[in-house]
Amino acid sequence: MTPPDAAACPVVALVSSGRHPVSGRPGRAREDARAVEMGLTLAGARLQLVHAGNAEEPVLRDYLGMYHGLDDAAAQGELALLPMTPADDAVLLLATWLAESGCRLVLAGQRAECGEGSGLLPYLLAERLGWTIVSGAATIERIDADRVTLLQVLPQGQRRRLEVSLPCLITVDTLAPPPRQSAFGPARRGRIQVVDGLTAEEDSASGEWRWQPARARPKRLKIVKSGNARDRFRAAAARSSAGGQVLTDLTPEQAADRLIAYLREEKILSEEKILGDEMP
Amino acid sequence: MLQTLLPILIFAALIVGAIGAARRIRLWRQGQRTPVGWARILHMPKRYLNDLHHIVARDKAMAHTHVATAGGFVAAMALAIVVHGFGWRNPILGGLLLAASAVMFVGALAVNRRRIHPRARPFPEKLSKGPWQRLSRSLLAYSVGMFLVSLPLVGIGPVAFGGGVLAIVLLTLVAWGVLELVVGMGWGGPMKHAFAGSLHLAFHRRPERFDDRQAHAGSTNTHDAHRGSRSTALFPLDLTAPKLGVEKPADFQWNQLLGFDACVQCGRCQAVCPAFAAGQPLNPKKLIQDMVVGMAGGSDTGYAGAGYPGIEIGKHQGAPEQAIVPQLVEAETLWACTTCRACVEECPMLIEHVDAIVDMRRFLTLEKGETPEKGAVAIDNLIATDNPGGLDNASRLDWAADLELPRIQTRPEGVDVLLWLGDGAFDMRNQRTLRALVQILRAGGVDFAVLGDEERDSGDVARRLGDEATFQRLAERNIITLSRYRFQRIVTVDPHSFHVLGREYPDFGGKYRVLHHSTFIAELFDAGRLTIRPAERKETVTYHDPCYLGRYNGEFAAPRRILEALGIEIAEMERSGFRSRCCGGGGGAALSDVPADLPGRARIPDMRMEDARATGATTVAVACPQCTAMLEGVVEPRPQIKDLAELVADALVTPASAEPEASVAVSSPSREEEPA
Repeated sequence: MTPPDAAACPVVALVSSGRHPVSGRPGRAREDARAVEMGLTLAGARLQLVHAGNAEEPVLRDYLGMYHGLDDAAAQGELALLPMTPADDAVLLLATWLAESGCRLVLAGQRAECGEGSGLLPYLLAERLGWTIVSGAATIERIDADRVTLLQVLPQGQRRRLEVSLPCLITVDTLAPPPRQSAFGPARRGRIQVVDGLTAEEDSASGEWRWQPARARPKRLKIVKSGNARDRFRAAAARSSAGGQVLTDLTPEQAADRLIAYLREEKILSEEKILGDEMP
Repeated sequence: MLQTLLPILIFAALIVGAIGAARRIRLWRQGQRTPVGWARILHMPKRYLNDLHHIVARDKAMAHTHVATAGGFVAAMALAIVVHGFGWRNPILGGLLLAASAVMFVGALAVNRRRIHPRARPFPEKLSKGPWQRLSRSLLAYSVGMFLVSLPLVGIGPVAFGGGVLAIVLLTLVAWGVLELVVGMGWGGPMKHAFAGSLHLAFHRRPERFDDRQAHAGSTNTHDAHRGSRSTALFPLDLTAPKLGVEKPADFQWNQLLGFDACVQCGRCQAVCPAFAAGQPLNPKKLIQDMVVGMAGGSDTGYAGAGYPGIEIGKHQGAPEQAIVPQLVEAETLWACTTCRACVEECPMLIEHVDAIVDMRRFLTLEKGETPEKGAVAIDNLIATDNPGGLDNASRLDWAADLELPRIQTRPEGVDVLLWLGDGAFDMRNQRTLRALVQILRAGGVDFAVLGDEERDSGDVARRLGDEATFQRLAERNIITLSRYRFQRIVTVDPHSFHVLGREYPDFGGKYRVLHHSTFIAELFDAGRLTIRPAERKETVTYHDPCYLGRYNGEFAAPRRILEALGIEIAEMERSGFRSRCCGGGGGAALSDVPADLPGRARIPDMRMEDARATGATTVAVACPQCTAMLEGVVEPRPQIKDLAELVADALVTPASAEPEASVAVSSPSREEEPA
């Protein structure tokens, strides 16, 4: 499925340290691992991994352990490591590195499993680079010299075919093909190259944030009114009709206000004035 | 004419045979170098006459046949070299030569009788044909030929044998025999088993398996003894080596290759292999032959025995420097093995199949990342949560919330028994066994404690699936944890944990006294610390020996002693003790993608349940969480499955068990704490 042009277009996958949902131990992040899998099927051993963070992070080797079962059996994974502290801004570092690398396709998970985990990084990165961003990809069908055709995940098992011009950044959905096993041998042999010469800057925005522990959101109860089996089945099978409204023709500021108002109504945001009200 | 031609024939055969032997040795030396002392060759006669003979003698007729044939041949050949080769034509030696040839002839007749298959007696499925059929006739040719050409030595028929057609016929017979038996020994005919086998016995990879013998319960036959050893056979892998595990035949240790070459294709392994019987794509005999094919180079078309069920013979080929999987052996063959070691136990040539399989699995897992999907999930879970189910390790003690189990963390002065729970602690069925064991320990007044959530999986599954890295990580962490606490011994209900902690951790510096709960309970009985009420109604009980308790560790007696103490008479299954048939749950085979039930074939646990049903038992006593799960998974109606601990707990005379419902769980812990 790899077209000849893919060779000319280096593919990069952004990887981060994940947190296991049960034990909280570091490991491959589930979506990032799917992004690497997608990259390996697309570019084989030419896939380049990038991580901005702690140079000593042992988990990064788990991604390098996925470099097996490729056409070139002796291939080794390569990961560029952009050193920075947790307080630094990854966007700046990654954007600088990506701009210099000459790559035109970047794959990433939708959100990190630790740290802020806001899922904003791909957007900020695309904004800074001036690239297109596509979220929630399930598969990449075709890649040409300047275009990529992919399937995007929509709710209810629907897929949308998109054609995007390169360079672009694609975030990978959990519904993408599962990642291959990480093997110890390739993980050990893979190279981690620490990239020097890039200076990290402190993330000024996050420094002003107020942090509080996450609260499990209460589940909405689904009250089944009918005692009739057929109706119960239909209620269970029906599309969720939680209501909601479609708002169009709003300015971004108005839209943000409406969203914040809705989130307050649902008690997801506390009533206090949140910082950064001015940025939607 | 004979007197000139015979010496030429004999010495030519010896020289050509020796050249072949040198080439054979070169084949073995393609393997990795393991340092071995030449002095080990001195072990060979004893190992041959003692260890090997006893295994062969489990089939009495075959043992006698082999003694006559092989003994006759060795004597006849040695005497022929002296008499015909060097021309020392002594009538006494001639008489001995005639006697040896005659004995060999009788043996050869028996060999032929076994292999001739009239309609009424079908050819035994386990035997190989091809060159092995030829060998049986070659034995006849040699013994007849040697007998007749040696007759003149004692003065019979000297005139008739002087020349002519008859002499040529006799020479041809002897030449045929010598070609097969002497030249073939070096050049890779069936007789290579004698040459490779002797050296294999001397340079065996697991010397500790010799001189280790446990009598088989309830058998008076002296040959019916378990002769495996209480050692693991898995060698720690150097995780910094350039290549992990075995990819090509040349990656095996040289003495492993030597061992494969010793195979006589008798098919005893095939006859006992649970995977083969269930139609899974594994046949230990074919696997060993494939390794020989790989070592020598070529294809498996020449193989004349039963193949891997569902896989055609003749489609695979190998070479010393060519990857084994999938060109020579399909991956599913390796994953179908339950590591039950029944083949190792039965092999008269003392070949080690299981560690070879794990060696190859190691490469697949560590280098290729090709563990079967469910196995890979289990490994990922082990890495992330320390148990193969991916469950919160803190819930390891949830089943004992009401039991107020003493934690070892609160006992800095140390305890007698550290109760190792194993991953069965997460399994609701096994939790009943664990509760029963706690009840017994309290009734016996045992000073025990548990590690709680500090306990991790022992690493058994990871190791059998070939993930030595995860195994070593788990082992090291467990050893660090255990080093923090003081205890006299470890008791566990899980034979797999028992084996790994007791036999595999010493390689990593963890030396403990580990007891299986059956051994420990038997000790409690012996010390008179348990009071039980004899069973009210007679019930037929059979006992299923877990592989990792029995064959791997030689513990056959303690479980039977417990049942005896309970006043239960055991109806033994046909395959029990060291011959016990695997439940199908071990070695990660249950996590392989090989379908457990193939159309028209039985599942491994179903076959085992058939064995149990044949005894008329209404209860199958088990001693392993895996066996419990596998056997209880057999559809009803079937005998009920009870762990030894449950049987003992049911019979205990304690205030708690005096009430019928007490064993159903929620009795208050304070009552259970009172010793009987």
